[in-house]
Amino acid sequence: MSIIEPVLDVRHLSIELKTDGAWKTIVQPLSFAIRPGETLALVGESGSGKSVTAYGIMQLLPALHSRIRGSIAFQGRDLLTLGTKQMQDIRGNRIGMIFQEPMSSLNPVLTIGTQITEVLKRHRGMDNRAARQEAIRLLERVRISSAASRLDAYPLHFSGGMRQRVVIAIALACQPDLLIADEPTTALDVTVQAEILTLIQTLQREENMAALFITHDMGVVAEVADKVLVMNQGQGLEMSDTRSLFQHPRHPYTRKLIEAVPRLGDMRGISAPMAFNTTQPQPDTVQPGKPVLQVNDLCQRFPVRSGWMRRITKEVHAVDRVSFDLQPGETLGLVGESGCGKSTLAKTIMRLLEASDGKVVLEQQDLLGANPLQLAAMRRRIQLIFQDPWESLNPRMRIGDALAEPMLAHGLVTADQADQAVADLLQSVGLAAEMASRFPHQFSGGQRQRVCIARALALKPSVIIADESVSALDVSVRAEIINLLMDIQRSQGIGLLFISHDMAVVERISHRVAVMYQGKIVEIGSRQAVLETPAHPYTQHLLSAVPIPDPDYQRPALKPFPKPQLTEWPINQRLPPLRYLEVAKGHKVLVDGAGEE
Amino acid sequence: MTPVSSPSSSYSPWRSAIRHILRRPGALAGIVILLVMTMLALLAPVIAPQNPYDLSQLDILDGRLLPGSQSATGFTFWLGSDDQGRDMFSAILYGTRTSLWIGFISSFLALVIGTSLGIFSAWQGGRIDAVIMRIVDIQLSFPPILIALILLTLFGQGAEKIVLALVITQWAYYTRAVRGNALVEMERNYVAAAKTLALSQPRIMFHHVLPNCLPSLTVVATLRIAYAIMLEATLSFLGIGLPVTQPSLGLLIANGFDYLLSGDYWISLYPGMVLLLLIIAINLLGDALRDITNPQREAR
Repeated sequence: MSIIEPVLDVRHLSIELKTDGAWKTIVQPLSFAIRPGETLALVGESGSGKSVTAYGIMQLLPALHSRIRGSIAFQGRDLLTLGTKQMQDIRGNRIGMIFQEPMSSLNPVLTIGTQITEVLKRHRGMDNRAARQEAIRLLERVRISSAASRLDAYPLHFSGGMRQRVVIAIALACQPDLLIADEPTTALDVTVQAEILTLIQTLQREENMAALFITHDMGVVAEVADKVLVMNQGQGLEMSDTRSLFQHPRHPYTRKLIEAVPRLGDMRGISAPMAFNTTQPQPDTVQPGKPVLQVNDLCQRFPVRSGWMRRITKEVHAVDRVSFDLQPGETLGLVGESGCGKSTLAKTIMRLLEASDGKVVLEQQDLLGANPLQLAAMRRRIQLIFQDPWESLNPRMRIGDALAEPMLAHGLVTADQADQAVADLLQSVGLAAEMASRFPHQFSGGQRQRVCIARALALKPSVIIADESVSALDVSVRAEIINLLMDIQRSQGIGLLFISHDMAVVERISHRVAVMYQGKIVEIGSRQAVLETPAHPYTQHLLSAVPIPDPDYQRPALKPFPKPQLTEWPINQRLPPLRYLEVAKGHKVLVDGAGEE
Repeated sequence: MTPVSSPSSSYSPWRSAIRHILRRPGALAGIVILLVMTMLALLAPVIAPQNPYDLSQLDILDGRLLPGSQSATGFTFWLGSDDQGRDMFSAILYGTRTSLWIGFISSFLALVIGTSLGIFSAWQGGRIDAVIMRIVDIQLSFPPILIALILLTLFGQGAEKIVLALVITQWAYYTRAVRGNALVEMERNYVAAAKTLALSQPRIMFHHVLPNCLPSLTVVATLRIAYAIMLEATLSFLGIGLPVTQPSLGLLIANGFDYLLSGDYWISLYPGMVLLLLIIAINLLGDALRDITNPQREAR
């Protein structure tokens, strides 16, 4: 393989960008080569310069605000010496590109067909009819069924995964020799991600196409890459083939990165949760006795409007007869893919949305029936941590004020004690007390999430709901935040409802796991029972889709599973309680089958 | 996804606001012009060589003198004189004073009333919101000049009446802007977070939502102040605003209008230029304020 000329040969590439009038080096001199059929993964956390490198290779950085040095030889031609016109002939023709957001990389007002044929006409000189024929063939190749009839559809008719397929079809339209994929699956669900990754690999094999894969996900790296280049803060730290990188990481940063990634299946045979960077399982924090939170047959129905009067004609059940208990000191992991209703469930429990039906009991008090006065008192006891810490902090309030406000409003501290209380809170989440005078934008993403946790702790709650609270964070920061949550749980005996789509993280932190699908809990039980002996077909499907950061792991072929489709019910339709089968003690599985109704 | 900023330990909003203004020449110019004009207007009784309201100081024989000419008593009219022998420089100082206070007072009142209504409307929602917003719609479907004309014909002339008319024509703009903005902000997670912390609704509205509406409110407010000053000038120009004894810039322009075609350009030109300068300066200031009221600007 080594005799074959590389498709892309990058030597001493350095990139500077102009920000606020000053030049800043974003990428330090970097060299790598990709041969035909080979996949190189650029791995790094946010701010590592991996995307800038890809944009630099494609000459997509604004000319006036960027300086690129070194050489980028693509099939022997240095891309840096080419003019705009020549570069356009290569871009999208010889080099295909896939971006992270399939939503924004397709033009919403043009049909799928127009967008594909445009490329074919521009680069391959086809006429209308030939281009249409070819477009249908391309859509079929990316496994879009009944492609001919989809040609005149608009992007909005397609799901996220389908859109990404279309983007891939466009990228492959000219049979490129090199494919650059910038986080192509990050915005997608795991099961869709698994399909897309398999698709890219198959197509790559068929065409002997080289690929540059940019990702932050070590699981994806292990699955697709032949070689890996680890980047941190603009520097290429380490480059080796995938297997030796995972087995013998040389650079300390690489080691840290690999250690911080939870691996689904790591916890086999261990019953208690386990923090990161330790081999000791957590001591038992679950307190038996009365549950701190009880949810019974909770329903959240959303109206469906139709007709030109926009009248409510039907309803969908976004949260459908959900029941579970949470003990003090216990973590219940709630997993499911986007749209399954997990966030709606959190909001319904918190009464940010009013429930349609069912019961929520917090510390033996009815939460849903509480009047405004009782509710204010009860809200102290249950707190929500959001996914995006940036969005959930008031940008115009100093952190100190944001933390003091709830304590003052509930009369937990007096005005002169507030400063001390804020300092204590900040320290309890690992931040410095002086940070109280800062605004949210002066913190990093991980620090902001710590602030949100501190705010949730300010009212001394007995239950915390964490809704995808670590999903937006880099892996190393994610590990720290999870450790922090576990510490807090141990010291304060808080019941934690941990909502996430990331199975490996849930495996790490949970005592029990519930799997949600189409608004229903399809399986619930101890973590070991659900993850090691999954009984519901959806759980099995979900688990098999998770990429494992281990190059020797062979993922089983995905079993096809019906796509989520919420049933539309008549208004105010009450349904009989769901039937569960107890397969083992405390391990319950939905009987009615996922595809019923 | 989220902008990563370098955390700095010492941060003072005032210092950074001043630094920001110094970096932008336009903003600096706007503020300097506005400050100078405000000072001149405030100090008009001290600086002005003549009291244009005191008829005993005027001599009709000094009427329509060219800029720079002298009266019989040796008084120099640096910007000329109007048809009644009034010193234009003094008249402009007093006129600016009148225009400024009417513009600012009426805009401030409209801002307070309009913003409160907007926040209230967004908070209450439902029927109350619908009623308030329909009133706003009806109000905004008439040209403000028409409403002001009708009101002033009913009320009669006078400074306080023109302020009232201006408030009535302007409040709806604030209400609409604030309500729209508040509705957007109320959907954001920090408001949900505040709700889960069981903060009271008024506190959420005024402590969390309102401050986040400030940037767009600032823009509306500056545009409206400039507009209020122009509207007052227009009304006075039409002769239904202020009485002749209390000339604003608009009235001064109107006075000169009759002589414009006979070559006595200065009577209208100089007040017109001052009015123009004033409005440009307010708009420049508005641009700067919008940036300053946004604490995230350094993160960008």
